[in-house]
Amino acid sequence: MKRLLSTLSCFALLAALPATASEIWVTNEHDDTISVIDIETLEVVRTIETGERPRGITFSKDYSVVYVCASDSDTVQVIDPETGEILHDLPSGEDPEQFVLHPDNRHLYIANEDDAITTVVDTVERKVIAQIDVGIEPEGMAVSPDGKIAITTSETTNMAHWIDTETHQLFANTLVDARPRHAEFAKEGSELWVSSEIGGTVTVFAVADQTPLAKISFEIKGVHQDNIQPVGFEFSADGKTAFVALGPSNHVAAVNTETYEVEDYILVGRRVWHMAFSPDHSMLFTTNGVSGDVTVIDVASRTPVKTIKVGRFPWGAAVRP
Amino acid sequence: MPLKTLVFWLGLVGACAGGPAASETAITITYVKQEVERPPVLSNLDAIPEDEGWRGAEIGLQDNATTSKFLGQTWSLQERIVPVGGDLLAAGRESAAQTRFLIIDAPREGLLALADLAELEDALLFNVAAEEPDLRDEACRANVLHTATSLTMRSDALMQFLALRRWSDLAMITGPHASDMAFAEALRGSARKFGLKIKGEKEWRFDANMRRAASAEVPLFTQELPDHEVLLAADEIGDFARYLPYNTWDPVLLAGSEGLRPLGWSHVMEQWGAVQLQNRFEDHAGRNMRPKDYAAWAAVRALGEAVTRTASDDPNVLRAYMLSEEFELAAFKGRPLSFRSWNGQLRQPIPVVHPGAVVAVAPLEGFLHPTSELDTLGLDAPQSRCTAFSE
Repeated sequence: MKRLLSTLSCFALLAALPATASEIWVTNEHDDTISVIDIETLEVVRTIETGERPRGITFSKDYSVVYVCASDSDTVQVIDPETGEILHDLPSGEDPEQFVLHPDNRHLYIANEDDAITTVVDTVERKVIAQIDVGIEPEGMAVSPDGKIAITTSETTNMAHWIDTETHQLFANTLVDARPRHAEFAKEGSELWVSSEIGGTVTVFAVADQTPLAKISFEIKGVHQDNIQPVGFEFSADGKTAFVALGPSNHVAAVNTETYEVEDYILVGRRVWHMAFSPDHSMLFTTNGVSGDVTVIDVASRTPVKTIKVGRFPWGAAVRP
Repeated sequence: MPLKTLVFWLGLVGACAGGPAASETAITITYVKQEVERPPVLSNLDAIPEDEGWRGAEIGLQDNATTSKFLGQTWSLQERIVPVGGDLLAAGRESAAQTRFLIIDAPREGLLALADLAELEDALLFNVAAEEPDLRDEACRANVLHTATSLTMRSDALMQFLALRRWSDLAMITGPHASDMAFAEALRGSARKFGLKIKGEKEWRFDANMRRAASAEVPLFTQELPDHEVLLAADEIGDFARYLPYNTWDPVLLAGSEGLRPLGWSHVMEQWGAVQLQNRFEDHAGRNMRPKDYAAWAAVRALGEAVTRTASDDPNVLRAYMLSEEFELAAFKGRPLSFRSWNGQLRQPIPVVHPGAVVAVAPLEGFLHPTSELDTLGLDAPQSRCTAFSE
C-alpha cells in the first residue's frame, strides 16, 4: 500500500510537470524501428533504428535504458532513451521474442522462440546466467511481484511453465488453451493470467497452487468466434479492469477482474496486439499490427479517441514517463 | 452493444493443474509410405523430394516430444517404406502388431486397402496424401482421418478468390493423367458452386519439347479458346503448365496447377507464426515445407494434442476426442483447426498463393456458413454420403 501511495504521488508530481512530456515507445516489427509517441501531442516525435525484427520492449525500472528484443539479430539491444543510441547488445540466445525484467532491475528473462528455451541474462555482467528448457515457441513472459516466480508460456506446447527464480528449475507446467501468447501476474501476485490466442480464452490461475480459477471467453456481435484471438493485456491502475487485445477481431475487451466478466468491447485498429498505459493510466495505447497504427483509448470512457500512424507491423509498446 | 459473457469455472477440473496426465504414456506412430511411379515430366526443375511428408511427421514428433516431457509421455516415430510393386498390406499387418497409430502416405487404393484390413479396424489412420473427394464421401472409412486437403477444398478456395475478384470468365487446359482429370473435375464443380463459368476447355496433347517450342505452340493453342480472364491449368503432375505463362494468346492470368495455386501449405506462408514452423522445418529438412509435409505434421500434432488433453493412449478415446467440439489444433493458419465429425476431414484454411507470396487465404470474407466458414471449403455435411461416422 505504501508503494502504491508513493507511486500515486509520483504520478501526481508528473501531472504537475507537463514540460517533461511522457512517451509511448512502439516497436515496428517489419521496419526495424521504434516509433516514439509524445503523450501530450499524440504524435510520433522520433523514429529510432534498431536491429532486425524488434518485438519485445521494456524500460529499466529507473528508465535510464530501454531493452529491445531484436529477434532476427539474435540479440537484446540496450538503448539510451535520451539519444536513441544503441549502447550495447546483450547476449540473449537465439531469436529473442519477448522478455520481462525481474524486480531486481538486473535480470532479464527472455523467451527464445526458435529454441524452446528461456534465457536468463544478467544485464550488469552482460552474460547469460541460465538457460531453461521450456515448450515449443516460448513467448509470454512474466515475473511475480516478489520476484520468486518467472513464467514462460509456450505457443505450440500450450503450457505455462513455472520457473523458480532461485534455482532456475521448472516447478510446474500447466496446460492452457491453444497458443498461449501473454502472461501477467495480478492481484499482488496471487493470480496469474494467461491469454490463449487460438483457444480464444484467458485462463486465470491461483498462484499458490497453480490451479485454474476461471476461464474467460469473449463474444463480439458480428465477429466470427475464430477471429477473436486474445493476445496482450494490461491491468488498470486500480487493478479492477483488465484490457485484453483480441487480435483480428479488432477489439479490446474490458474485463472485470473480480467477476471475470467482460464489460465492454472497444473498437481499435486491425489485428490488435499489445498495449501500454500512459503514466497516469488515463490513456491506453494499442499496437495494431495489420493497419500499422496505434489506437489511443480514453480509459475512463472506454472509447477510442485517436489513431496514430506508426511503422509497419507495430508489435510491442512501453511507456516512458 | 449486448454483452454476452462466458465464464467457465474450473473448480471441477482443478485436479489437473500442476501437470495433468502424469501417467506414463508411450505412443508409437508408424509412417507407412507406398512408393509410386511418377509419369515423366517435361522439365526436371522441381524434383519432388524423396522425404516429402516424412520430414513433416518428424517435426511434429519433435513438437509432441517437447510437450510430453513435461507430462511423462514418450513419443516415437518409425517409417515403413513399401517399394513400387511391394506388399503394402503386409506392411500394414506388421505395423498393426506394433501400433494403433499410422500415417498413411499412399494413393487412394492403397489407403482403402489398409483401412479395410481386419488388423487395423480399431486403429487410427491419418491420410496425408490422397486428395480424392470420394474418400471423404461415399468411400469414407471410420478409422481414417484426413489431414491432407481434398481436391474440392482446394478448388473451392481458388474459386472463392476468383468470385471475390469477379473474374468469372474462365477457360481450362487439362492434362491427360488421372490426377489432372480429377483436379479438373473439382475445378468444374467449384466453378458451378460459386457461379463462375468455364467457357471452353482443351486437352493438352503435345509431344513437342516445350522448352523450345512453347513460344511457338502455346499462343496458337490458346487462341482457339473463347474469351476468358483466367486460364485454369489442371496439371497436377507438373508437366506442361509451367510453359503457359506469358505464352498465351491473350494476356490472361494463370491459375490452378500453375500461377495462382490453392495449396494446403506453401513456404510463402508467413503470417500467424508460420515463419516459426517454416524455420524449424527448413533447419531440420534443408528444404521448403510442402503440403504433404504439413499434412503429416498436422496428423502428428493432432494426435499429440488429443493425447495431451485426454491423457489417454486408447485410439477410441482419442478418435472421439478429435471428432468432438472440444478439439482444436493451433496450426499456423490463423484459426483453430478441427475435424469434420461426419467424415473425418481436417477443417483448415487454404492459402491461395503465387510463387512469391500469399494472395489470399480461404475461406474469404462474404462466404458464409451457418456453423463454420471453414465448411464452405470442400464437402459439407448435408451433401456428404459418408455414413461410417454416424454410428
